[in-house]
Amino acid sequence: MHEMSLAEGVLQLVEDTARREQAHKVKLVVLEIGRLSSVEPEALKFCFEAVTHGSIAHGAALEIVAVPGIGWCMPCGARVPMEEVFGCCPQCGSHQVQPTSGTEMRVKEIEIE
Amino acid sequence: MCTVCGCGAGETRIEGEAHEHTHVHADGTAHSHAHEHADEHSHSHDEAPLGVHAHSHQHADGSVHSHAHGHDGEHAHSHEQHLHAHGVGGDLDYGSGPAHAHVPGMSQARMVQIEQDILSKNNGYAGENRQSFDDRGIFALNLVSSPGSGKTTLLVKTIELLKDKVAISVVEGDQQTSNDAERIRATGVPALQINTGKGCHLDAHMVGHALEKLKPADESLFLIENVGNLVCPAAFDLGEQHKVAILSVTEGEDKPLKYPDMFRAADVMLLNKCDLLPYLEYDADLAEANARRVNPDLTIFRVSASTGDGLSAWLDWIAAGLEAQRGKRSETVDGLKRRVAELERQLAGK
Repeated sequence: MHEMSLAEGVLQLVEDTARREQAHKVKLVVLEIGRLSSVEPEALKFCFEAVTHGSIAHGAALEIVAVPGIGWCMPCGARVPMEEVFGCCPQCGSHQVQPTSGTEMRVKEIEIE
Repeated sequence: MCTVCGCGAGETRIEGEAHEHTHVHADGTAHSHAHEHADEHSHSHDEAPLGVHAHSHQHADGSVHSHAHGHDGEHAHSHEQHLHAHGVGGDLDYGSGPAHAHVPGMSQARMVQIEQDILSKNNGYAGENRQSFDDRGIFALNLVSSPGSGKTTLLVKTIELLKDKVAISVVEGDQQTSNDAERIRATGVPALQINTGKGCHLDAHMVGHALEKLKPADESLFLIENVGNLVCPAAFDLGEQHKVAILSVTEGEDKPLKYPDMFRAADVMLLNKCDLLPYLEYDADLAEANARRVNPDLTIFRVSASTGDGLSAWLDWIAAGLEAQRGKRSETVDGLKRRVAELERQLAGK
C-alpha cells in the first residue's frame, strides 16, 4: 500500500514532465531505488502498472536501477558496503554505520514521444 | 536543407569541413565522427530508410563497432536508425533526443531527465508545515507505532499532565472511525480526526489541511498520532520536529530489527506498558539494544501510560523541545523587528 502512494508520486512527476514537454506518450520510466530505501521493487512495479492504467504513461515500461548501499563507519572512518540499514561494519562490527548512499528513491528520466 | 542540424547543400557546416556529430555513450565515453556529404543531397531525420549503408567507428575505449544508416534515393540519413545502432553493451544513449536536438512537431522518442525524489511532492508540503511550525514556535511530534501499542492512551495521559501548562492540539490518523479523536476531545483539547480510507499513513498534505482547520496557538504543542503501522509512516515526513516511535512490552523484543525503517526514522522511542514487565518474559534491555543497533542515536524512555510511571522524563523532554521552538520563534521575531527598525531608519534618512 505504501508502494501505491510511491507509484502515485512517480506518476505525478511523470505527468508534470510530460505536460511540460508536450509529450503525447510516455514509453519508459527510469527510477533509481537504493538498496537501503524502504521500497520493494517488485511491489512498486505492480503498483506502477495499476496507477498508470489509462494515464499518459499507460503501458510504459518501468526500469528500476538498484543503487548499492554504502555507509560510513564512525569508529573506523571507512566507507563500507551495506546490505541493510541496521547492518554492521564488515571491518570492526560496529553498528554505528551511517548510510551515505543507497537510501534514494528518485525518478531519473523518462522516454517520451 | 536538413531541418534538424542545418547541414545540407551549400550550407556552412559546423566544426570543420565535414558534417560532424559527437556522441556521448552511456558509459561516459565520447566519440565524434564525420560524414562527407556531396553537394546535392538532402538529409532527412525522419523518413523511412530505403537503402542502407554501413560505416564503422572507433570508440575512445578502443572498441570498434559498425552501424548502418538508412538512405533513400536522395541520400537521406535517418538518425532514428543511427541511434538504435549505437548501443554499447546493450545500453542506449539517446542524448537529448535521437537527432541530438528537438524540433517541435517532429515525432521522435526522447529522454527527459527528471532527477527528482519520488517523495518530493510530500517533502515540499512537509517543508511548508515545518516552516509554519518554526515561525510560530510550535513543537510538533509525529507518534508512530504498530496498532495496539498504547499510542492514544499515552497521548491522553500526556495531555492530562500538560494541558494546564501549554496549549495542545491533536491530529488523529486512522483508516476509519473517529473514536480516537473523541477520546482526545474528552480531555478538553481540540482534536481532528483524519480518516485515510484505504491509505496506510498520513502525508504532509493532509497535515497541512489539519493545520488550517485546527489553527494551533503560537508556542503550543502539536501532536500527530499517525496510523498504526510500523512500515509506511517512516517514509513520509509531515514537517514534525521529531518522530516518536512507541513500542510496547507485549510485542517482540526484535521488533526494531523487523521494522528497522521506522526505528531509524525516529529520534525517540517510548517503551510502553512497562508496568506489565513482571508478568511477561520480556527482556527490555534486549529491546533497547536492538533499537540502538538500528539507530545508535535513539533517545529511549521506559514508561507506563496507564500507571504514569516514567512519564516525567518524557514530559521534561517535551518541555525542552517546546523551549527550543520558542527560541526559534523569538529569533525570527527579533530578526523581523531588527529589519523593521533598519527600514524605519532608512526611511527617516530619505
